[in-house]
Amino acid sequence: MQEELIRRAKELLGDGTVVRVMGWRKGDLSFNPEPALFETEESLAEFVYDGFCGANLSKYMIKLSKLEGKTLVFLKPCDTYSFNQLVKEHRVDREKAYIIGVGCDGSLDVDAMKEKGAKGIQEITEDGDTVTVRAIYGDKTFDREDVILERCRACKGGAHMVYDELASNADEEKPARDGRFSLVEKIEVMDPKERFAFWQNELSRCIRCNACRNVCPACSCIKCVFDNDRYDTAQKANADTFEEQMFHIIRAFHVAGRCTDCGECSRVCPEHIPLHLLNRKFIKDINTFYGDYQAGADTDSRAPLTNFTTEDVEPSIVQERG
Amino acid sequence: MYKIKKEQISALLETVGKAMDLYLPVNNNGKTNFGFWTEDAKVDLETLKTVKSPKDAFFPQSEVLYSCYKDAKKIEITPQELVNRDFVIFGVRACDVRGFQVLDRVFLADPVDTYYAARREHGIVVSLACGEPEESCFCKVFDIDAAAPEGDVVMWAVEDCYCMEAKTEKGENFLELVKEHLEPASDEDSQKTAAEQEKIRQIIEKFPYSHLSLEGWDGNATKEKFDDPRWKELSDACLACGTCTFSCPTCQCYDIRDFNTGHGVQRYRCWDSCMYSDFTLMAHGNNRTTQMQRFRQRFMHKLVYYPANNDGMYSCVGCGRCVEKCPQGLNIVKVIKRMGGSK
Repeated sequence: MQEELIRRAKELLGDGTVVRVMGWRKGDLSFNPEPALFETEESLAEFVYDGFCGANLSKYMIKLSKLEGKTLVFLKPCDTYSFNQLVKEHRVDREKAYIIGVGCDGSLDVDAMKEKGAKGIQEITEDGDTVTVRAIYGDKTFDREDVILERCRACKGGAHMVYDELASNADEEKPARDGRFSLVEKIEVMDPKERFAFWQNELSRCIRCNACRNVCPACSCIKCVFDNDRYDTAQKANADTFEEQMFHIIRAFHVAGRCTDCGECSRVCPEHIPLHLLNRKFIKDINTFYGDYQAGADTDSRAPLTNFTTEDVEPSIVQERG
Repeated sequence: MYKIKKEQISALLETVGKAMDLYLPVNNNGKTNFGFWTEDAKVDLETLKTVKSPKDAFFPQSEVLYSCYKDAKKIEITPQELVNRDFVIFGVRACDVRGFQVLDRVFLADPVDTYYAARREHGIVVSLACGEPEESCFCKVFDIDAAAPEGDVVMWAVEDCYCMEAKTEKGENFLELVKEHLEPASDEDSQKTAAEQEKIRQIIEKFPYSHLSLEGWDGNATKEKFDDPRWKELSDACLACGTCTFSCPTCQCYDIRDFNTGHGVQRYRCWDSCMYSDFTLMAHGNNRTTQMQRFRQRFMHKLVYYPANNDGMYSCVGCGRCVEKCPQGLNIVKVIKRMGGSK
């Protein structure tokens, strides 16, 4: 697969269709490839595409679409929703991107492997649905299903929402998974006190590294309110437990109706706070109150929260629901 | 040397925790960080690396420096009380103990940081050798021995026991406090501890980073490294988040801010990150305007500027947290490798 992508990237660079390639570069361990720019055919020798290329490259296109010439970008199915949403918000110029849609079998989660006993990892290899870990404290074999990110268990399906061409491993027919909202439902059934305690406990681990915000394709403000020194809103540390909640709640509100549920916030959280569930709750509510809506599925529909219709629910629904 | 059965350790911790503040690895919903001991804290001495390093014990992420209170035309200023009671920081790994020494050279140098100095004076460090070091570890590169950490008391997990040895007077006092839980270790225990150390050192040899070369990285490399064009490709993917800096045991930069309490101000300091856009923002503006420059600052500080000012000592201890935690797979090892070596 990787060879096919490298070959296409070289062709597109060679014939002048694109002037640079946004992809992933091989890591120095089995599980740490990094998003990278390739500007020459030779540099593509380091290009990699495997289960650890979970990083969503859409947000890099904000910066890259401002440069001269087109950029080739590889997008997995769920990444294409983010790309479309950025186009819709006029943050990315569609014309400056050449998109190759790549297939995805679910992004691997090395932390899940560690939690399941892989320790002192020397090498990880993928073979279809089997993931084999060679490790100093004992080799392990996993079913891929058990070691993918939670977001992939709630996969929106294999279809790419936008692309210029598809790689041979793209599977447009792959259906969405069931149970996307099952974890949200588990939190919904808690009584308010229990729910508050759940989030307070999760958010108490927040170290305010801003990784969730900085990786989020929907968080594309040039200057975040939490970084702004001119007002009292700048927050480099949590002054109290209220503030750590406020940061995440404000962020969730700000991306409501725009979050595509790409799950990057939870992938990057060093403390494994299930932040995407806050966003998913908004998505579920939007579906319930305004009809099914998927941010990033297209670039021209009116978004439910910025589009008034006489059928909209009344704000009092909040009280009625309790 | 003394020993204690692993199953007895919670009784020892209770004795300590009731006598003084006890700061140790605690599990919260699957993630382990240093936190205060309480009777129902889920103490976790098995996890090798806490998400954040234990540097909070001496240099908290956020601390009040003084408070001002305004009443009509009167302004009252109250300095923050310094730590004045002994406390214990328990289960610190060898790399993190070295991390404290890196911080010491900054905060205890003239002018002494009184907040840090007070905590350091009253803090008793009980370290724990790494029975099962992991693939992201590279402390050996900085001449740290994970099998023989420094500290006031050193512990080794040997079979079903912990063996303990005091290394300082503070350490002797600590063992005195908990002596009811300890029994003297036998010669056999000492031999087993030595064997355990040997085992640890052998495992470390097998890790991918253990033989990382620092060639080309030292206090004299400022110009050569600063001007290297490779910083751009190394930093392209950087998100400018603070995960690396906030999990790092040696990052020491802080910001000082005012918190408006409505009737006055709490002046506090909090960790800063060179990854952040307002890092070292001054009245005239910012002398680092791109992420490449901020990214470069982090590694130049660890591998060039700090050694230049501290007798060649690096301010990386090879804990590997940035290796594990960087959202985009960037880290100091990649920087050392790609830009290292002599010209």
